[in-house]
Formats: sequence, C-alpha cells, structure tokens
Amino acid sequence: MSTKVVEAIHLSKSYGTVKAVDDVSLTIEANKIYGLLGRNGAGKTTIMHMITAQLFKTSGELRVFSEEPYENNNVLRQVCFIKESQKYPDAFRVNDVLASAALFFPNWDAGYALELLEEFRVPLKRRMKKLSRGMLSAVGIVIGLASRAPLTIFDEPYLGLDAVARSLFYDRLMEDYALYPRTVILSTHLIDEVSRLLEHIIVIDGGKLLLDEEADLLRGRAYTVTGPAAKVDSFVSGKKVIHEELLGGFKSASIYESLIASEQRKAESLGLDFAPVTIQQLIVYLTNNSKSRKEAVV
Amino acid sequence: MANQIDDSRPIFVQIAERIEDDIIGGGLPEETQVPSTNQFAAFYGINPATAAKGVNMLVDEQILYKKRGIGMFVAAGAKEKLMDKRKEQFYEQYVVTMIREAEKLGITAEQLTEMIHKRG
Repeated sequence: MSTKVVEAIHLSKSYGTVKAVDDVSLTIEANKIYGLLGRNGAGKTTIMHMITAQLFKTSGELRVFSEEPYENNNVLRQVCFIKESQKYPDAFRVNDVLASAALFFPNWDAGYALELLEEFRVPLKRRMKKLSRGMLSAVGIVIGLASRAPLTIFDEPYLGLDAVARSLFYDRLMEDYALYPRTVILSTHLIDEVSRLLEHIIVIDGGKLLLDEEADLLRGRAYTVTGPAAKVDSFVSGKKVIHEELLGGFKSASIYESLIASEQRKAESLGLDFAPVTIQQLIVYLTNNSKSRKEAVV
Repeated sequence: MANQIDDSRPIFVQIAERIEDDIIGGGLPEETQVPSTNQFAAFYGINPATAAKGVNMLVDEQILYKKRGIGMFVAAGAKEKLMDKRKEQFYEQYVVTMIREAEKLGITAEQLTEMIHKRG
C-alpha cells in the first residue's frame, strides 16, 4: 500500500484568467498531521475542495488514496471534510446530524461522538439552526474526530469557539490521533496555537506552494537581531533578511537562517540582542514579503 | 510549569534534553523505563512523531535502549556519559558567556574569581 494519501502534480485551478491554484506539487503522507497555512485567498480552500472532489481541477494530476477522487466512492468514504461554514438541513437537530454522519463514515464511533458533544456542551436535541456560531463549530469538530476517517480535513474549524473549547479540540485530537493514527490536514490562521501539533507544514501563497517542510525544522530556522541600526546593518549584510523594523536609531532585522554559535558570538560582541522567530512570525514574514507588499505599506 | 517547551529550537531536541536532565538529576535512574512517546506528546501537547524523534535521538546515542514490546529504558552508564558531555558544553555555554558579561560591566578577573569563591 502506498503511504501517499494525497499526491498533487502540477495541480492548477483557474477561474477565467485568475489562477487560484498555480502549479502546485505536493504529497501528503499517511498518518501525519499537516498544517495547510497561508493568507486569506491564498488558495488553501480551493486545494481542499479539489482533494475532496467538490471542485474540478483545470490541469495537472491529483490522486487521493492513489485514485482520482471524482465520483469515486472508494476515495470519498475515506475522507471527512469539516468546513468553516457547513450548511445543514433546516429541520435537523444535533442528533440527526450525528445519525447521518454514522451512515457516511465506516469508522464512525457513536459513543465517542456523544462523549465529545457533552464535553463541548452541545445539547443533543437542539435544532441546528438554533445553535450559536461556536456550537456549530463544535458539532463540526465532533464529526471530524468521531468519523476517524483515514483522511480528515479541518478547514478553519473553530469560528466562534472560545479558547477553552479550542484547547479541548487540540487535546482530543492528539489523544485520538495517538490511539487511531490517521492523516489530518488542519487549515488555520491560529498558527501559534497549533504549531506544536503539526508534523509537517505546507504554506500556500498566491496560489503557489511557498513552503513544504517538517514543522520542527522550522523552529530555530530564523532569528531576529536588535540593536543600534548601524551595527545591525553591518551584521546582516550578505544575509537573507525577511523582515526589518526601525525605531529611532534602533533596528531589528529577522534573518532566515539558523543561528550558529560563531554568528551568535559575533552578534554578542557587537552588543546585539537576538531572539528566535516563532513559526507564526516566520510564516507572516514569508507570506508578506513574497508579494513585495512592503513598498505598498510604507 | 517552569520548564515549558519553547519555539526557539526544534522540539525534539528539547524533549531529548528534558530526558537527559532527568537522567542527570536522578529522576530517571539507569535501567528504569522512560515515559512513552504518547505520554510525552500528551504532557507537552506536541505531536507524537516529534516526541518519538527526541527519544530516538537518545537511542542512537545509546543513552536509551528499547526492550521489545515493553518500551524505552535508560541504559547502564548513561548518566556518566551525559555528565561528560555536559561538562564539555559547560565552558562554552556558561563560562564564556559569564566572562563576556563581566567584561561589559568592567569586572576584573580577580573580582570574578573572588565572587566564585564567595559563593562556594
């Protein structure tokens, strides 16, 4: 059996002259947790819609569980896609939604779903349209977890969810993933909150693949030096600066490379301070610069 | 918690260091079992694969060894080995940094020696 759950080769999707997804090649491997990150309108959702056969590709190849996903029940019964704004039939109560999910997903665990609902404090008998925004999101999360689908995709699953419920989601996801390993794609803007859960990070920017890397290797990948502008300038010359800020005669510059001991000593002897760049900051810097939006802002 | 995982370095390195600290500090004596990767993952809220990478790094360095079907154990001689490694790092990590800061503050070598003796 192939360990490739999703394989995209030169995948593109255009709307007229607009390229929503532009020549993206990537592989999603079995039983890993992926973060699919990027700015609004970067093309993340379009990619997820193609993987789940809700959109046709314009060109390129796309295989999910080694097959074409379109109208392919072999593939689709193994996939659970939790969307930001899922619509439900008006008459449905929460328990009707669970009953339907039980029909869709071969690995559905009804007992676990009820347990989760209680933890998220969602009333089982309430009509879906009477649920608050946060509770609607919680229902989606419960379905995503209890489906135990071999490929589970969460697209911004927590609109309206409070911090307690989000952290409950992360805890339950990691617990259940440890017991029932599966492939998870998590698309979110709350990078700092989830970065420790992710094994692999994919960043899409302007429809293109910007980064495809093991998450842990991005930690310590960049650092920021701060100090008198002239000294910072001399230290960073010849280095790849991804972000800089000026405050009076003070400057901070973020450098896209790992901090090695000799450079650290050099920075220290110049009297510069340095700090690590978090994964979230790194992605913000990278997706900001790549469109040369900087001049526009200044 | 005093010792949280941070974002400054790969997490697997930090997990390996936590285990090393426990071995050096006596919390994990030789021939005892270390927590499973899933336990580490749950405790620190990290991906189990990342925790496994940290544990496996110590297996490669023969600090830990695997008992099939049971789990990971601290190898005999692990503590001594780690102490030697840390002593080598001590000079770079602490002594050099201390001397640099002392120079910045105008503390002479004599004053510095005196401070160390006073503490001892």
